[in-house]
Amino acid sequence: MKRAPNINLLPDIPEDVRAAVLDVTTRLKDLPGALLPVLHAVQKALGYVPEISVPLIARELNLSRADVHGVISFYHFFRSKAPGRRVIYVCRAESCQAMGAVKLEKHIKQRLGVDFHETTADGAYSLEPVYCLGNCACSPAIMVDDELKGRLTPERFDAWLAAENG
Amino acid sequence: MSITVYVPRDASALSLGAEAVADAISAEAKQRGADVHIVRNGSRGLYWLEPLVEVATPSGRFAYGPVQPEDVPALFEADFLHAGKHALMLGPSEDIAYLKSQQRLTFARTGIVDPRSLDDYRAHDGYRGLEAALRMSGADIVKVVTDAGLRGRGGAAFPAGIKWKTCLDANADQKYIVCNADEGDSGTYADRMIMEGDPFVLIEGMTIAGLAVGATHGYIYLRVEYPHSQRALEAAIAVAEANGYLGDDVLGSGKAFHLEVRMAAGAYICGEETSLLESLEGKRGQVRFKPPLPAIQGLFGKPTVINNVVTLASVPIVLDKGAEFYRDFGMGKSRGTLPIQLAGNLKRPGLVERAFGVTLRELIEDYGGGTASGRPVRAVQVGGPLGAYIPISQLDTPIDYEAFIAIGGMLGHGGIVVFDDSVDMAAQARYAMEFCAIESCGKCTPCRIGSVRGVEVIDRMVAGDTAERERNEVLLRDLCQTMLGGSLCALGGMAPFPVLSALDHFHEDFSGATEKTAT
Repeated sequence: MKRAPNINLLPDIPEDVRAAVLDVTTRLKDLPGALLPVLHAVQKALGYVPEISVPLIARELNLSRADVHGVISFYHFFRSKAPGRRVIYVCRAESCQAMGAVKLEKHIKQRLGVDFHETTADGAYSLEPVYCLGNCACSPAIMVDDELKGRLTPERFDAWLAAENG
Repeated sequence: MSITVYVPRDASALSLGAEAVADAISAEAKQRGADVHIVRNGSRGLYWLEPLVEVATPSGRFAYGPVQPEDVPALFEADFLHAGKHALMLGPSEDIAYLKSQQRLTFARTGIVDPRSLDDYRAHDGYRGLEAALRMSGADIVKVVTDAGLRGRGGAAFPAGIKWKTCLDANADQKYIVCNADEGDSGTYADRMIMEGDPFVLIEGMTIAGLAVGATHGYIYLRVEYPHSQRALEAAIAVAEANGYLGDDVLGSGKAFHLEVRMAAGAYICGEETSLLESLEGKRGQVRFKPPLPAIQGLFGKPTVINNVVTLASVPIVLDKGAEFYRDFGMGKSRGTLPIQLAGNLKRPGLVERAFGVTLRELIEDYGGGTASGRPVRAVQVGGPLGAYIPISQLDTPIDYEAFIAIGGMLGHGGIVVFDDSVDMAAQARYAMEFCAIESCGKCTPCRIGSVRGVEVIDRMVAGDTAERERNEVLLRDLCQTMLGGSLCALGGMAPFPVLSALDHFHEDFSGATEKTAT
């Protein structure tokens, strides 16, 4: 009995995703232990690692789809769905807890109307928990994309949000 | 002549507005026609004073802080460029008591030099350790590190020299140096400060490690939560390469050492060395069995030295000043200095590098100045999320690896998180289990499932009556023993420490909600 060659099993994927993935894999696939650098670069280019790109990444790196899926799902940082325009990471760890992080977390969730791992209805903000930003001498802390904020209070968060949307 | 003003680019300083302060100083200087040269240094670690602005004068550097952009015009009015008096003036930087009483060896340059300037690094004794190492054999370098008594600063406190010796003695066509920069413990930020404030010292330390064991390639595995460190390291590596300090022929020695930064992806477990190696190889960060030791079969199956940032950054001074110089600091089997990170609820959180032997009380009261909230200290967590909660009755414990083990705790990476009396220790114990459940790699059942059950048992203790609480406490203690004995690595094997210490020292917090309202 004849089986269809594997290559035909690649699903159709949007051209921009295909181009972004191939651009990354062409540059990085020969690095030793290339998968994490490749996933970082794909996420940087597209904002996330679309599920539909997994077979292509796997083929280019000569890995199984299970390998690639397993790595994406293991690491908190990699996301399979498009995030909001900005991602807010709220530190939940002990130093921030000692300085009111629990209250701040509640306030931010209420203010944005979302829970962790969700995106606001207007697509502006995604909210993620994080376990330490290394800003423990200036707790509580959050990071917006890669912009770190320290000694944050609910009031200062609101002021920042108002300035963002002002 | 232009006047040099220092405004930190350290991530924490930026989180408090240092960028806007630098912009304001630059704009104000331009408007006033003042010739000012702004250097973006690291932080000196006096975080309650950040953004800390310094000005270089003929009589040394003078500090002002905490400075906000709106303070800048007044600072110029007060002629701060010539150390003029102002409410924010702190005097000569080196005379600030918090700094003056420290013994900064590893952090000798952090907050002082321009982290992107090789010249500045060299002008402050940089690369003297490497120059010494280049005149020595690999075995001699390893001997110096062993004799200095340097133990791994990442948490496990394993003697660095023994690790290096094992790797040196392994025969292989390729060896690696891996720097563990996955600083995930809450309350710790020393690695970050070094990488942002003095990245060349880490590069130098890794190069020396490469020479010692015969490794030609190094990786810095950096947590993705540290984008500022990534930029600082990549800039410094490029400068080191361009100046012959990294590459195929390090300083004309004929020896190669290449270095690259690899980004982690937000998994706490990857701070465990074997998970880290799996992750560097492009896999899920699952813990490996030991043996084989990484020093014999590590990255890509090759002999690998894997050390924490602070460990590697302490190597240059050991090579420069000698094993005896370093070993003369400290107490017992804990030799040298430890960069201690004060965090949580403190008036004066910051970095304190002192010889081992300083007590928790001195750190919290003398340096930290008590709680920021003004309420009494109730609990102190040392060593990150897997460290025990220490009650105030044990505050006289000295900073020493063995002394902490003796009280059922651990020093870990030297992070100290202080809580005031508003803390609910049952909630902290629950969080320890919750964190373990979220971050478990899944390999060992006691960690993967036990942590989930731990959360449930604590919930039942807090919600139940006395009988229910007593039944569940037996269960919880039994579960903790299973996790302690049945986990491969420190995550499942130590997550019970904060839980058991909370039970032992703060038992009253586990009383059910009904009893709390009754009393």
